[in-house]
Amino acid sequence: MPRARTRPTPVRLGWVLATLGLLALACAASVAFGVRAVSVSDIAAGLSGSTDTIAQAAVSKRVPRTVLAILVGAALGLSGAVMQGVTRNPLADPGILGVTTGSSLAVVCGIAFFGLSSPVGYIWVAIAGAALAATFVYLVGSLGRGGATPLKLALAGAATSAALSSLISAVLLPRIDVMDSFRFWQIGGVGGAETDKTLQVLPFLALGVLLSLASARGLNSLALGDDVAAGLGAHVGRTRLLAATGAVVLAGAATAVAGPIGFVGLAVPHVCRLLVGVDHRWQLPFSALVGAVLLVAADVVGRLVARPEEVDVGIVTALLGAPFFLWIVRRQKVRAL
Amino acid sequence: MSVTTAPVPTAPRPGAVALGRRRRTRRRRLVTGGLALLALVLLAVSLMLGQTFYSPGEVLRVLLGETVPGASFTVGELRLPRASLALLSGLALGLGGVTFQTMLRNPLASPDVIGISSGASAAAVICLVVLEVGQTATSVLAIAAALVTALAIYLLAWKDGVVGTRLILMGIGVAAMLDSVVSYVIVRAAQWDLQVAMRWLTGSLNNADWGRVLPLLVAIAVLGPLLASQSGNLELLQQGDDSAAALGVRVERTRLLCIVAGVGLVAFATAASGPIAFVAFLAGPIAARVVGPGGSLLLPAGLVGAVLVLAADLLGQYAFGTRYPVGVITGVLGAPYLVYLLVRTNRAGGSL
Repeated sequence: MPRARTRPTPVRLGWVLATLGLLALACAASVAFGVRAVSVSDIAAGLSGSTDTIAQAAVSKRVPRTVLAILVGAALGLSGAVMQGVTRNPLADPGILGVTTGSSLAVVCGIAFFGLSSPVGYIWVAIAGAALAATFVYLVGSLGRGGATPLKLALAGAATSAALSSLISAVLLPRIDVMDSFRFWQIGGVGGAETDKTLQVLPFLALGVLLSLASARGLNSLALGDDVAAGLGAHVGRTRLLAATGAVVLAGAATAVAGPIGFVGLAVPHVCRLLVGVDHRWQLPFSALVGAVLLVAADVVGRLVARPEEVDVGIVTALLGAPFFLWIVRRQKVRAL
Repeated sequence: MSVTTAPVPTAPRPGAVALGRRRRTRRRRLVTGGLALLALVLLAVSLMLGQTFYSPGEVLRVLLGETVPGASFTVGELRLPRASLALLSGLALGLGGVTFQTMLRNPLASPDVIGISSGASAAAVICLVVLEVGQTATSVLAIAAALVTALAIYLLAWKDGVVGTRLILMGIGVAAMLDSVVSYVIVRAAQWDLQVAMRWLTGSLNNADWGRVLPLLVAIAVLGPLLASQSGNLELLQQGDDSAAALGVRVERTRLLCIVAGVGLVAFATAASGPIAFVAFLAGPIAARVVGPGGSLLLPAGLVGAVLVLAADLLGQYAFGTRYPVGVITGVLGAPYLVYLLVRTNRAGGSL
């Protein structure tokens, strides 16, 4: 963990406003830029619902996509911040801890064995898979001396996702039809956004946000260490369970609707701690905000770099986020690992 | 080394230490011989089984170069390359894996977890799907990419020397990045390239031919002895860098040689048969379990790797309705063992 930092409220408010501005900019870019270049009048017409020309249709397609990117980015950023708070571990992230692979496996099994086809079904199954994987990885990673150290958690997560991925290919290989649709889902993307699906995932996201934000104060106590937190009267077990449930619901729901997207949950909380300090009551909402900005921006970048094709946002975040991971690891003292 | 808590002898009788050492050496020899025999039996079985069954006599005559109607083609041209590829890939992956695990003193630090296989896979997928070059060029580039990946991880982890934990974490990060490249290319792949490209995700022995076997054979012949020459130093390295240096090991040189040899073996195996899941990872711990404490694990681990791949290929081909690629079988069989190993390692706090 970086040194404890606090920031005066005006500074924090300033950063929040600046990020909101950035979000607005990113959304504007997300609607305006894409494989097909559109004019300003087309954007205005497309936003007001007209789909007369191809350009206007393209604009109206980009709106749900942007909304989905905001939601998923916010969910992943918040989920990562909560996970790093709960595990007190700078490397915690839904992707690295194998949580997203868990929901992938659950969704694949649902499609292949139980004929699952409705998006709501996906969400339940994905959340269940995420919860199982998270519990398992945390249990395994916290066994033995020293509790859940960053190295043990990261290794347990990497090994578990390797194991789960091979199970995924075992389920998929004999079923060519499922494989063909799954290989597109396997890379996180917001390209296929539809308003119906987004609406169905909304209640789950809301639940996750509520649970996470409610545990912000508890996470502040947890940061002092379990013993001190308990001594100060915090319910350590309850806080941890509540916060972890929130994080898992968020990660599972985001994965169900957009596929596994890595490294957003890892990078965002670190940036937020630098900007608004370590107080979780500020850090958590701000993480959601920064996550949304990051994902919308990454989506725009993915649309622009390989025209006329698109690079899915999951790939952009992995290529941008992995160096960030390397940087965090390099910065840590060896003893702390 | 597996941490077994043997009862501490209160007053060792004269000769007790030597006796114990002799007993362990006997066990090592016995187990290594048994593993070699098992690998040979599995090799023979995979030569005999198939669409038509050929008796051991017929197989032997084909191997000796006689022309047996029917069997010469089926056994000599189809089954022999496949079985040899299985044997050699398993051997190479086992050797490479146990080298990394011993060197980094962590059973989870195998080349498939820390991203070296991912480097080879990414290069191979790009060659096959995007550049559309042939098998030989693909292999060469895959090997080069694995070496570059290993070098990159090593350099990234370098900060006043290389610490095992940082190397592992760097590897996990690099692996995540490379895997996303692989999935990106596979999504872009045409349907008919998909089967070939999938080989680079899971590992498969389908369409084995001598052109893929020979480079691997040469690699094992060159790099195997190199590793064997370092095995003593590698043992000492397990006691920690400082102790090893005090005992006269040139730490960085040994480490570099082991990395180059280990990466080379894994890369050649990956280029020939794809990243067969978990073999590099499982061979070392299994060998440590059956051989017991003391002595080098290199040869036993290599043999365990060969046995694993041969057995998994037989299972994948004949045990189920569909023919699974070998990597799926090793993956599914490996997963529970991985879980068990994670739990045991973390609880005991020990290495291998």
